[in-house]
Amino acid sequence: MDYALMQRVFPFFLEAAWITILLSVLTAILGLTCAMLGTAARLSRFRVLRFLGAAYVSVFRGTPALIQLFILYFGGPQIGIQLDAFEAGVIGLGINVGAYMTETMRGAIISVDKGQGEAARTLGMSKWQAMRNVILPQAMRLMIRPLGVNLNTLIKSTALVAAISVVELTYTAQRYIGSTYKPFEMFLIAGLLYMIIIYVVGLGVTWADRKARLN
Amino acid sequence: MSAQKPFIDIRHAKKSFGTLEVLKDINLQVDRGQIVAIIGPSGSGKSTLLRAINDLDPLTGGEIWLEDKQINMDLPHRQYERHINEVRQEIGMVFQHFNLFPHLKVRENVTLAPKMLKGLSDAEANALAEEQLTKVGMIERIDYYPSQLSGGQKQRVAIARALAMKPKVMLFDEATSALDPELVEEVNLVMKQLAEEHMTMIIVTHEMGFAESVCDRVLFMDQGVVVEEGPPEVIFRNPKSERTQNFLRKHLAGQQA
Repeated sequence: MDYALMQRVFPFFLEAAWITILLSVLTAILGLTCAMLGTAARLSRFRVLRFLGAAYVSVFRGTPALIQLFILYFGGPQIGIQLDAFEAGVIGLGINVGAYMTETMRGAIISVDKGQGEAARTLGMSKWQAMRNVILPQAMRLMIRPLGVNLNTLIKSTALVAAISVVELTYTAQRYIGSTYKPFEMFLIAGLLYMIIIYVVGLGVTWADRKARLN
Repeated sequence: MSAQKPFIDIRHAKKSFGTLEVLKDINLQVDRGQIVAIIGPSGSGKSTLLRAINDLDPLTGGEIWLEDKQINMDLPHRQYERHINEVRQEIGMVFQHFNLFPHLKVRENVTLAPKMLKGLSDAEANALAEEQLTKVGMIERIDYYPSQLSGGQKQRVAIARALAMKPKVMLFDEATSALDPELVEEVNLVMKQLAEEHMTMIIVTHEMGFAESVCDRVLFMDQGVVVEEGPPEVIFRNPKSERTQNFLRKHLAGQQA
């Protein structure tokens, strides 16, 4: 292994890791937003909204994220959607992970005991008051861990946007391989940095989960 | 008394799930301050009837009135929601599995709805919670979480939570069925106390002894109909219907076994 080379390129990888982190944060925010809308739709009393929610989930979970990115980035201009690679990456992955998170949130909400909603409603609370004050606080605790799993998957799938030339970790590794012909070293650095990011996020999820359980 | 309009008036209540008829034309009138027990085998429709009163299980036919207000009115969705939320504030309900809010302390379980729905200030709501929890003997546990309480204690808090809305009627859906035998009495005592205060109550129960000592009237339901109804001493000591006799015999045998 060429340690000297690894040391020399490491700062550039570190920079690229920040792009990966930024990409992950923005995607997670968009994903959570999509998931809230998706969950609301799936639990709506209107059939049309329930259908749209279910369709969103099955389309975006039923096709490869890479194809979704390609359609958005390469196919988008054909129908008048012009995005730069970074924007396309955030939007494409965000909508994709939102579909997974929708199922996580919905699952947590419907697994709160039915009696909880009934007790709230018999006291006179509206459907929304019961949701907001009784069901959601309990569902939140249930969804922290599975959302953490979604987040873990999301961070790793940011590697896909290398395919539309966003200069993040994976793309950076490929670029240095082009000039150094050392794929082993380059992918090793990239992999290590992904692992660190995921480890730190995992710690955060565990902490949040424990905190939620304590109160 | 008898010339007065009934406090709760259930007329021709019908309920089916698909082709299964759970309630077949039930009529029940309850006067203010009356305590009615509903007994019967499981699947008889007694819980469904109780849950229909506050529209947890909406009827598919018939009418339910509370004083001069029809509960199951035919209204557009939004208006109906507003209507039913108001009606439910006047009807307290106690469940077999307590359904306390596990993320809230005992105090907050009791204050949540009054604060939210009646606009009580923190101080007012606290005073109310203390009053109701004292009444059910749970004031010492006001800062506990439900998970730290026994079943009987949970149920007493659930009763306090319902009472805090100052309901006109209390519905009990097998309130002691999920309790260990030694915890039943403390809940029964609270219910007796409510009876002495002339709270109007409808009690679905398997506890014949309790029903006999507290209730003014007993309904025996089987397969979606009221088979027999009358004063407890008649229903329990001298039932006319063979189905009632069989049920009571089996029930008694089950208790002794």
